[in-house]
Amino acid sequence: MNYGPLLFLGILFTLASSWVGLVLMPNRQLGALTANTSTNDTGVVVVYPQPRHGEAQQGAEHYRSLGCVYCHSQQVRPEGFGSDIERGWGRRRTVSRDYLYDKPVMLGTSRTGPDLTNIGERQSSHDWHYSHLYNPQITSKGSVMPPYPFLFEKRRVPASGPSSDALKLSGEFAVEDGWEVVPRPQARQLVEYLRSLKTTVDLPEAPLPKAAAVEE
Amino acid sequence: MSSTNTLKALMPGDVQSDPARRAMLAEIDASCRVPVLFFVVSGLMWLLLGTLLALVASIKLHNPEFLAAWEWLTFGRVRPAHLNTVIYGFASQTGIGVTLWLMCRLCRVPFPAPGLTTVAALFWNLGLTIGVVGILVGDSTAIEWLELPRYSTPILFFSYALVAVWSVITFRLRRERHLYVSQWYLLAALLWFPWLYATAQIMLLIEPVRGVVQASVNWWFAHNVLGLWFTPIGLGAIYYFIPKVVGRPIHSYYLSVLGFWSLALFYNWNGLHHLIGGPMPAWMITVSVVASVMMLIPVITVAINHHFTMVGHFGKLRHSPTLRFIVFGAMAYTLTSLQGVANSLRSYSEIVHFTHHTVAHAHLGVYGFFTMVMFGSLYYIVPRITQREWPSLALISVHFWGCALGLILYVVPLSYGGILQGLGMNDASIPFLKVVEGTLPWLRIRTGAGLLLALGHVAFVVNLGWLLCRVFGPYRKPVVELFTETGTAAVTAK
Repeated sequence: MNYGPLLFLGILFTLASSWVGLVLMPNRQLGALTANTSTNDTGVVVVYPQPRHGEAQQGAEHYRSLGCVYCHSQQVRPEGFGSDIERGWGRRRTVSRDYLYDKPVMLGTSRTGPDLTNIGERQSSHDWHYSHLYNPQITSKGSVMPPYPFLFEKRRVPASGPSSDALKLSGEFAVEDGWEVVPRPQARQLVEYLRSLKTTVDLPEAPLPKAAAVEE
Repeated sequence: MSSTNTLKALMPGDVQSDPARRAMLAEIDASCRVPVLFFVVSGLMWLLLGTLLALVASIKLHNPEFLAAWEWLTFGRVRPAHLNTVIYGFASQTGIGVTLWLMCRLCRVPFPAPGLTTVAALFWNLGLTIGVVGILVGDSTAIEWLELPRYSTPILFFSYALVAVWSVITFRLRRERHLYVSQWYLLAALLWFPWLYATAQIMLLIEPVRGVVQASVNWWFAHNVLGLWFTPIGLGAIYYFIPKVVGRPIHSYYLSVLGFWSLALFYNWNGLHHLIGGPMPAWMITVSVVASVMMLIPVITVAINHHFTMVGHFGKLRHSPTLRFIVFGAMAYTLTSLQGVANSLRSYSEIVHFTHHTVAHAHLGVYGFFTMVMFGSLYYIVPRITQREWPSLALISVHFWGCALGLILYVVPLSYGGILQGLGMNDASIPFLKVVEGTLPWLRIRTGAGLLLALGHVAFVVNLGWLLCRVFGPYRKPVVELFTETGTAAVTAK
């Protein structure tokens, strides 16, 4: 094999094959995917998915910047493949359309922590999320998730009385009398993003199981 | 084929040792000296930093309070900072250094652009420094293997382009008409990487494609960095150094042709097995699973070719540090590739996909195979381009055993722990936190393994620094077999 040009062409054509197959073809098949419009049981027209706005979108940037994706996936595998659905991580598998507006798409490849596809549905309480981010041991004893104290501000209780969004800390996590811990804007935005994470809408390619669909 | 030609096809050509040829090799080595040393030394500095970041990340996984107060040192930033420093800082730069030297040696031409390439290396390091700081302050893209922010990557791309263009020019200027198998792999790596990197940059960072197409481009890219950039450089180096040190031709020319073209054909289709179970059309994943299984052909072919060349010569491992690292790397390549085939099967992936098993697998590949092969190559190359022998045999031993034992201690327990983790996660009756608790012993062992690897790295860097200090001293002829009486004599000679 001493013929340079042949080697050169072989090198280019082999990579070109998968570049067409795994880069261009997926883009051709999925690049023009649009939101799904349907009418639910009560006659309301539902367009899904919707782009994120405001605080939830800013929160997605913090999720990216803090590298949450290295421990948390955002994908529910189909029924019978793994136990994602049995664990309550989602009522149906996720499909391409669920991620239409995500930039970047953060599917994740690790579950050092649980899947977060539907964390907004599983945990809707602001208080739970704030406590959990401030120190995961408060809500999930034994977790290996790092605490995020820098997303919070520890300050003196204002003269007008404790802030309405101050964390309710007790026991070993309590702060000294006269002090309180409040979320910074980053924490607020991150929690809005987490609360926005849910795939609870029926899609033709991924219908919700019947019993659950009736509940809606 | 005449018998000379047959030998040329099976041996890296520079075996004859007449004075004219030796003078030519010395000229080639001298032409590579500055750029290769620059790439290698800066690569090793990134390796030290990457090792430190790895240790921090590893400790955090079983001790989450560790350094938790600083935003820039949170796990989600230290981990990508580790990956990018070792991949783009250490492995790529060392790989480029080794590629340049091998290319010049096999083409029989002095490197035509040492100055320009050194400037390119300078810019590569500049771009990477900006990028890694960017990750730590929060500008990571969160796209795996492409975390370096958009404002740093064009610098990397253009300095890479400069290096690649000059390497390909070197190839065009070749004075040896015969192409040795290592050259096929090196040329392929040089041409494949810019295509991968440009595609990923454009479709993910500059003008992101829609939705999950990002995921398919991401994994096509990320898996191919391994398969079409590191793997061909590593295999090219193994094909060069085993026959070179052992002094016998490779087992089979025809297997080397089959191994090369089957790798070229199948490896680049593998990437989407990282998305098994994910929200993608089934055909994309299926085609990658099929291609992953087809990898058995190049892997077994190359394994036969490498290991059969060694048969009957394992005694030489005792004497040559180069051979020790290279053969370790060749064996790790066989193992990690077979493990990779298993991991890509749907039934096995269902268990191990989201676990630490994958992390162990990645380290068996990038470290056990590629990094060990690079270390072995450097033990051969550095004495030739500096004309100085390694000062300390003890440090070489610490390096080898620290890395070899460290890697085994890393991969074996964590692979096993990952399987337990996956089985636990797939059993919905076990609470998630119980599964997390089960991973802790394996994660602690991993930190211990990391310390051993760090010890090996420090030993190597000290030895190299010592060698470089001797550049100002008298010339000493390098020898192939260091751990022998002649080798020891060469090292201790005043």
